[in-house]
Amino acid sequence: MTTELKLPFDQEYIKSFSKDMNEPEWLTELRIQSLTKAEALPLPRPDKTKINNWNFTQFDKLIVKSEAFASLNELPEQVKALVDMENNDKNIYVQRNNKPAYLSLSKESQEKGVIFTDIYTAAREHSDLLKKFFMTTAVKADEHKLTALHAAFLNGGAFLYIPRNVELDEPVQSVFIHDDEEASVFNHVLVVAEDNSSVTYVENYISTVESSNSLFNIVTEVIANSNAKVLYGAVDTLAKGVTTYVNRRGIAGRDARIEWALGLMNDGNTISENITNLIGDGSFGDTKTVVVGRGDQKQNFTTSVVHFGKNTEGFILKHGVMKDSASSIFNGIGKIEHGASKSNAVQESRVLMLSEKARGDANPILLIDEDDVTAGHAASVGRVDPLQLYYLMSRGISQKEAERLIIHGFLAPVVNVLPIEGVKKQLVEVIERKVK
Amino acid sequence: MAGSVLSIKDLHVAIEGKEILKGVNLEIKGGEIHAIMGPNGTGKSTLSSAIMGHPKYEITSGSVTLDGEDVLEMEVDERAKAGLFLAMQYPSEINGVTNADFLRSAVNSRREEGKEISLMKFIRTMDSKMELLEMDPDMAQRYLNEGFSGGEKKRNEILQLMMIEPKIAILDEIDSGLDIDALKVVSKGINEMRGEDFGCLIITHYQRLLNYITPDHVHVMMQGRVVKSGGPELAQRLESEGYDWIKKELGIEDETVGHEA
Ligand SMILES: Nc1ncnc2c1ncn2[C@@H]1O[C@H](COP(=O)(O)OP(=O)(O)OP(=O)(O)O)[C@@H](O)[C@H]1O
Ligand SMILES: [Mg+2]
Repeated sequence: MTTELKLPFDQEYIKSFSKDMNEPEWLTELRIQSLTKAEALPLPRPDKTKINNWNFTQFDKLIVKSEAFASLNELPEQVKALVDMENNDKNIYVQRNNKPAYLSLSKESQEKGVIFTDIYTAAREHSDLLKKFFMTTAVKADEHKLTALHAAFLNGGAFLYIPRNVELDEPVQSVFIHDDEEASVFNHVLVVAEDNSSVTYVENYISTVESSNSLFNIVTEVIANSNAKVLYGAVDTLAKGVTTYVNRRGIAGRDARIEWALGLMNDGNTISENITNLIGDGSFGDTKTVVVGRGDQKQNFTTSVVHFGKNTEGFILKHGVMKDSASSIFNGIGKIEHGASKSNAVQESRVLMLSEKARGDANPILLIDEDDVTAGHAASVGRVDPLQLYYLMSRGISQKEAERLIIHGFLAPVVNVLPIEGVKKQLVEVIERKVK
Repeated sequence: MAGSVLSIKDLHVAIEGKEILKGVNLEIKGGEIHAIMGPNGTGKSTLSSAIMGHPKYEITSGSVTLDGEDVLEMEVDERAKAGLFLAMQYPSEINGVTNADFLRSAVNSRREEGKEISLMKFIRTMDSKMELLEMDPDMAQRYLNEGFSGGEKKRNEILQLMMIEPKIAILDEIDSGLDIDALKVVSKGINEMRGEDFGCLIITHYQRLLNYITPDHVHVMMQGRVVKSGGPELAQRLESEGYDWIKKELGIEDETVGHEA
């Protein structure tokens, strides 16, 4: 083991930060405990990627100063493009680095008792509710060093609560803007969907700085209680140089459905972990992921669906394109626990390599501890087919355009089934930019 | 201006070091329909692939020009933009790219930037051609050739031909695998293109296609060469008598490439 670097903030600092934020005692306590544990806890071990030398601990400022936005019109143009500017009655939270910068809740949401707010306000105003779910069921603070650091240094995020029987028609959106090179963001998103509720949540992580040495330590918890339905869309576009740990995890209760649509388009080194735990009988988990790697970034995408309940169904679909000397590991894990009879675990990973120097590795893993189940997996790593190029070019299409078509075509089966139009559109644009 | 001229002179082509074409000479002018017939493995597809620029085929000597321009110097897309088209014997399947998007890219590749075909006009044109070819309208939004039946792929090649309107088209076994109704439809599409500005080289094994599209010239390929040329009556004789009489006439024992006496 290498010598541990000292953490940048001590107990006193965290205590006083928590106090400044008017946080409830339980949260202060959780921060302090986690800080203590973080020292000794090991890093997580994403399969096939060594992260010992990655910087997850050293940063200068827990909070950077950022201005709020008085209205959405003040958003930078590239952020406006992500937002439905026409609609004035929408659910949107905008965070600027660590600062809650804008919030609006639709009439429908207000009438139906939906809670949607920044994480600080949630801690102050919905302390009991937050306490019940915050790092208690989906992700625990003491899992490893990064979850512990996350709890200790929490400095952003959002809380979304959908009461029983509430079905929200309009999507709920968070935009996390990274526009200060010195900002590091320990963001927590907690989505709780009570029995028989349904919601579509979309988030964007967007750097408007060219590059930065920032740290992002993101934890998302989705709790879908009985018969609840959560569609969770995300497009991450953090800048070059940003080191990201992002852990998105869901817990599905009886007959609940959690569907993820993830566009993981960061330009920096990224560890992404996406786990869906199908706890309740009859629950359903579906993860669709698209990835474009470029430059010399290193990434690890681990997607896992774990079946505990009977009659559960889990689907994983990942398509990645690797350019330049980018290197990515795609781990897909379908796990069926003993007792989860009549369950079905299916996964598919495809990687398209665009350069000789790029690396891509697809590892499908099935772990099955029950007889009466069905499972399947497919994985491939390949290059652009010269005969396909020839065919397209023989119709007058230039090599560049032909490659563009093939790449979009390769990602289309995932992009096209993303449940949210806006995310789909944004993703297509990001892909366009990244692959050209 | 009258039609274009595709001129093939003493063309030698090798694949993976093995010589397949051994001096092919052909000239196709706008307004003309040529047919190439010949037993399996005699170099017909090799000729068409070499003209279009298939990456596996190596030109060892000879020339191909289109209106005097050196085709062999051009990239594949440049050949297409110069006016060549090849309906392939085995078209590629491309997942995730819709037929319509592909066709629009192909049409627009011939237009200057900023002068792309309007979406409306494109759709109208495509719809009418698809109707003429009796194609299911859904085919426009399906992924390019993916899961298309043999006959559907052939129709789709002709759809591309009609949308792109090349000067010289080579149709490699466009009739293979077509039922009689499809054959009529495909022939209708090709005949629609006929005119002074359109020259065509049809590779086929069957006289029946030539009943619908009467060729001006018929050529027979054996052993990587054009061994005999004639008018439409040559195709008829081949249909009824097979190739043996030609082999006898020319003293050929095995007509496939690599078995020259
Ligand atoms: N990749 C290859 N490697 C080696 N030989 C090849 C290759 N491709 C083609 N050939 C050979 O070249 C010769 C001509 O093939 P070609 O496809 O041009 O024949 P064809 O006249 O089109 O036949 P068909 O009527 O069956 O389509 C054949 O003997 C074939 O086996
Ligand atoms: Mg052939």
